[in-house]
Amino acid sequence: MLKQIEGSRAVAEAVALCRPEVICAYPISPQTHIVEALGELVKGGELSPCEFINVESEFAAMSVAIGAAAAGARSYTATASQGLLFMAEAVYNAAGLGLPIVMTVANRAIGAPINIWNDHTDVMSQRDCGWILLFAETNQEALDLHIEAFRLAQALSLPVMVCMDGFILTHAYERVDMPSQEQVDAFLPPFDPRQVLDPERPVSMGAMVGPEAFMEVRYLEHVRQMRALELIPGWAEQFRDAFGRDSGGLMHAYRTEDAETIVVALGSVLGTIKDTVDEMRAKGDRIGVLGITCFRPWPANAVRDALAGAKRIVVVEKSIAVGLGGIVSANVRTSFAGHADTVHTVVAGLGGRAITRQSLAGVFASAAAGTLPPLTFLDLDHGLVERALARERETRHSGPVAEGLLRDVGLVAAKIS
Amino acid sequence: MSFQPIKFYQTGTFTVGNRLLPDNERSVQSTLRRTNSLNSGHRACQGCGEALGARYAIDAAMEATAGQLIAANATGCLEVFSTPYPETSWQIPWIHSLFGNTAAVATGIAAAMRVKGRAEVRVVAQGGDGGTTDIGFGCLSGMFERNDDVLYICYDNGGYMNTGVQRSSATPPAARTATTAALGPTPGNPFGQGKDLPAIAMAHNIPYVATATVSELRDLEAKVRRAMEFRGARYLHILVPCPLGWGHDSSLTIRMARLAHESGIFPVFEAENGEVTGVSRIRRQVRVEEYLKPQKRYAHLFSPRPREDVIRRIQESADRNIRKYRLLEES
Repeated sequence: MLKQIEGSRAVAEAVALCRPEVICAYPISPQTHIVEALGELVKGGELSPCEFINVESEFAAMSVAIGAAAAGARSYTATASQGLLFMAEAVYNAAGLGLPIVMTVANRAIGAPINIWNDHTDVMSQRDCGWILLFAETNQEALDLHIEAFRLAQALSLPVMVCMDGFILTHAYERVDMPSQEQVDAFLPPFDPRQVLDPERPVSMGAMVGPEAFMEVRYLEHVRQMRALELIPGWAEQFRDAFGRDSGGLMHAYRTEDAETIVVALGSVLGTIKDTVDEMRAKGDRIGVLGITCFRPWPANAVRDALAGAKRIVVVEKSIAVGLGGIVSANVRTSFAGHADTVHTVVAGLGGRAITRQSLAGVFASAAAGTLPPLTFLDLDHGLVERALARERETRHSGPVAEGLLRDVGLVAAKIS
Repeated sequence: MSFQPIKFYQTGTFTVGNRLLPDNERSVQSTLRRTNSLNSGHRACQGCGEALGARYAIDAAMEATAGQLIAANATGCLEVFSTPYPETSWQIPWIHSLFGNTAAVATGIAAAMRVKGRAEVRVVAQGGDGGTTDIGFGCLSGMFERNDDVLYICYDNGGYMNTGVQRSSATPPAARTATTAALGPTPGNPFGQGKDLPAIAMAHNIPYVATATVSELRDLEAKVRRAMEFRGARYLHILVPCPLGWGHDSSLTIRMARLAHESGIFPVFEAENGEVTGVSRIRRQVRVEEYLKPQKRYAHLFSPRPREDVIRRIQESADRNIRKYRLLEES
């Protein structure tokens, strides 16, 4: 059924169609509308049976989900930013225990300085935590990925994060095609976990494991993740057959045939990049886009095949490995046969900085011209940075960095571009 | 003909002899109903108060729930000594997740049971004092506040014994630990306000809060049984002496627990809906020195020179407990 609704509402309704039995809620922007909507559905009796638990922290949210999943209930929560970091210990624990929890991450920057706007530094901090990480490009894909996530989680006994860009997707009102309960029920089998705490069949879970078996536990976690690389493409086809649209899969290639430059990115920025590519294609530039949907497990072979014909790669990423540069690009380099120098990192959109077609076209053109440096910060205000550095040179007690920058900017309202 | 005189109280122990009681009044541990939920063969130290407390508590909970019990366990001694695989001692469904989230994990299990229509399955969460009063405090308070259907049991041995006897917020004043050395002008743990977790639990107005020690095991069992009669959040705080951390002989575990009660250092009581409904009176009051002296963690209070000033402060706090909970008054 076509609906014109907020992204958060769309995700909440899709999650409800997956019949979660325990939902743990803790508010953090920009995720909050999702759990609010789910709370409404539970309280109003539309989603039943389901326990909706208002917890006291994100750490508790993930912990309640761990207990519920271990006791055999399909469990869901949502978070963002600081919340994801606050629950990090439990995030790893859920993966280590092999519990099929699904969580939405409404991607948002990490402080300090505190910032509520979108980038991917939150989820990238957890990229190797053992969860499957799926990235949505649109609200339609965000809701579809949740249905696939619940199926993946229980098939592989692994937790799955569905990442959607905070505000850009969560708060955008768009047309989405909401599947029916019958469609979802046909695609997503009833919850049947491998391990359950049950007095009829007592088991111990979470026992101490020493050097004699710890490597094997981790290896099996890795093997189960790699298995997702085999399952996801087939399920994307099944999804297309059942729901009538392309959603999910490992990645989406756009106009990459004969492309000399391929741009790689995750999430909603792909829309802007595709528009930019269309404009450049119209001028005759041989450029295409590869959108990564499944970031963990990393689809190394599929990415390698998709990038095989390119001369250069530009990775546009909303995250930064401070002291190194790109995170996504470091992954891409492992899957590109060309010289490492031909993979360019463009760090963009941190803390909600707008990523414009004009700026993107500029870096793509300089990549084609061979003038793009290995690491670029898109639309960085160099003047502002120079003033801060000068201040630090001039006086030992230059004060807090962020506040000094804001004083220089001289604006009270947020400036996004 | 051999003749054995029968005493109602065994000499010096005040423990009621089970064999004098009808079967239904015997302790769970002395009946065939005992489930050995925490089975023998685990790796606890000799004289471990926590192993004893957990054994009694969980078996009593198993009896009270007709075997329909799931346990969540915090990281700590109890988790470590009971589970190195394949030698798990747990005969019940049991999960260890993390150090600080046990109450929340238990909340999740209880929610799963509710949503599955299996309300007869009850949930126990358990941890040491570090996992309860320090790192797990947030999740515990949340579980209390929501009144989730969980019995949380804290086995309090007054420190982080699993990591090598460091101070927790349950470490008593003046006690020496690895992080409160017996050095300087105020050796051992400083005197603070303390963190009275049973009182904090009561302040949440949850249905049932009780304290117990491993010296009165029938009382401990009775409190577990009573706790299981309620739905909602319940808290049981059990004092479990630790020969390793306290530095007493491993044969003195039960004696140390009894002296903690009889000196007034550890008040034993129960409370319903935020109000104290019963206390275990002190039969034979002892000075705190009698409790402190056998423990090496207090050795600096007695030599090289007696620290009567410190002992007096400890006595004063014990006396406050006695007044507050009316531990000496006739019932």
